[in-house]
Amino acid sequence: MSYNLANLLYLVTIVCFILALRFLSNPAHARRGNQIGAIGMVLAVVVTWIRVGTTSWWAIAIGMLIGGGFGAVAARRVKMTAMPQMVALFNGVGGGAAALIALAELHRILPEPGAPKVDISLAIVLSALIGSISFAGSMVAFAKLQELIGGRPITYTGQQFVNGALFVGAVAAGLALVGGIQDEWLLWALISAALLFGILFVLPIGGADMPVVISLLNAFTGLAVAAGGFELQNNVLIVAGMLVGASGTLLTLMMSRAMNRSVTNVLFGAFGQVSAEAAAVAAGEGGRTVRSASAEDVAVMLAYSHKVVFVPGYGLAVAQAQHDLRQLADLLEAKGVEVSYAIHPVAGRMPGHMNVLLAEANVPYPQLKEMDDANPEFSRTDVAVVVGANDVVNPDARNNKSSPIYGMPILNVDDAQTVVVLKRSMNPGFAGIENPLFYNPKTVMLFGDAKASVEKLIQDVKAL
Amino acid sequence: MSHNTILVFEVTILVLAGFLGIEVISKVPTLLHTPLMSGTNAIHGIVIVGAMIVLGLPDKSAFTWVVGFAAVVLASANVVGGFVVTDRMLEMFKKREPAKPADTPQDGAGPGS
Repeated sequence: MSYNLANLLYLVTIVCFILALRFLSNPAHARRGNQIGAIGMVLAVVVTWIRVGTTSWWAIAIGMLIGGGFGAVAARRVKMTAMPQMVALFNGVGGGAAALIALAELHRILPEPGAPKVDISLAIVLSALIGSISFAGSMVAFAKLQELIGGRPITYTGQQFVNGALFVGAVAAGLALVGGIQDEWLLWALISAALLFGILFVLPIGGADMPVVISLLNAFTGLAVAAGGFELQNNVLIVAGMLVGASGTLLTLMMSRAMNRSVTNVLFGAFGQVSAEAAAVAAGEGGRTVRSASAEDVAVMLAYSHKVVFVPGYGLAVAQAQHDLRQLADLLEAKGVEVSYAIHPVAGRMPGHMNVLLAEANVPYPQLKEMDDANPEFSRTDVAVVVGANDVVNPDARNNKSSPIYGMPILNVDDAQTVVVLKRSMNPGFAGIENPLFYNPKTVMLFGDAKASVEKLIQDVKAL
Repeated sequence: MSHNTILVFEVTILVLAGFLGIEVISKVPTLLHTPLMSGTNAIHGIVIVGAMIVLGLPDKSAFTWVVGFAAVVLASANVVGGFVVTDRMLEMFKKREPAKPADTPQDGAGPGS
């Protein structure tokens, strides 16, 4: 196949990818978009196969079978709650592949006579650097979300300094390579430093900040792939990589905006360490009363309302209660209650995670309301039911300047007539932040495991 | 074409692709952000083309052989896993569950749901 024909066919792949992203703007045809993307990918693989397949075709086939087999099995088996770590894993291996390609390319061009072109060596350095960070960072994110290692922020003194030194070291090795020092060991040093940096940079980040991190690492892999396109002078890598790099960056910014924090604060703030001041404020406000209710009371309240809004948080996913919640909603709808779900953009462990979990439980997507659509509705809502969410409904984000989450846009559940909070105990949430919502006179608490509580509510509503 | 001409051309499409990526993504609702991330994750699996080119090099050293093979394995996992996971997610987004004739319509919470 000629170079030009191959590039024209790669252009078809690019168009498929753009259409795939375009189709994702509407849930009605998003799935078809993904299929179009997959067709584009198959085309690119076939074209590449015809171009290079004569040498080592069997090795390529075996490699694809191993990798593809693993990917297919893992993707089929994973539970929807474990989706974030699966995406992190697939993202990491992509970044690893980009770094390996950089290594192979440098190894190939170094023995050639004359100094390598600056742009080629720059591309090699960039894709090795970004790809390695993405690989190591994604693996740590995977381990944290899979709970192989603790999800809490891990910090030590001098952390920023060590990270900074590693990063500067990696960049210095890269600059030396681009500057014309032709030594393969420089790239090895760069990759080692970048791997270590990737590990140390994700380790201190707490579980609830994972949506931002995964999104950022996704963008990193995209950029590493785009740099790979410069190494191999391959358009489809450049365009597809950059599409992902740009969209991932935008998504990262949107996520941090949804938490009212800068990206740097998320990445380097080691959120989750309660400041002494905020803790003192919280402690000083002790002695307030909490109203708790029985499942029967809550069931009656729900069954005789006009409008109920469920506010699910990650606790719902942990308890695997999304199916039960949908059953409860169906029962209430059958009784003529208007039901919807209000979803905070950072609920869950990746952007939009909660939507996927509820969709899995067969909740029709028109009932899933985004924050901006949900907030004006609360004043017309009889009962807002908070299931396993905490920080995203904390009024301190609006009122208490000393709160670590001050300024974060929240779901204004306290505008509803009554707020029911399903919660295991009065222990503060992941960040250890006190939530005055629980002491609001409008609020009743239904203590217990989210799944058990929802199951009890189902029984009690049925019994009415 | 000279090396520099190609380079300028490549930088041009890089920048345009960046703007296109931002443009296309800003229309995606937060409802679909997880599938979007997973979908873009699958798309950067295009790195498999690069991995195949490396492993398909003629007269390669044992080192390139090993590295290229590892790259093909990792990239294939990225591609297949990415698209399959995204498909599984998007399959679940439905407007309304189609009414099953066996279920009583008043009680959608039948067994096995």
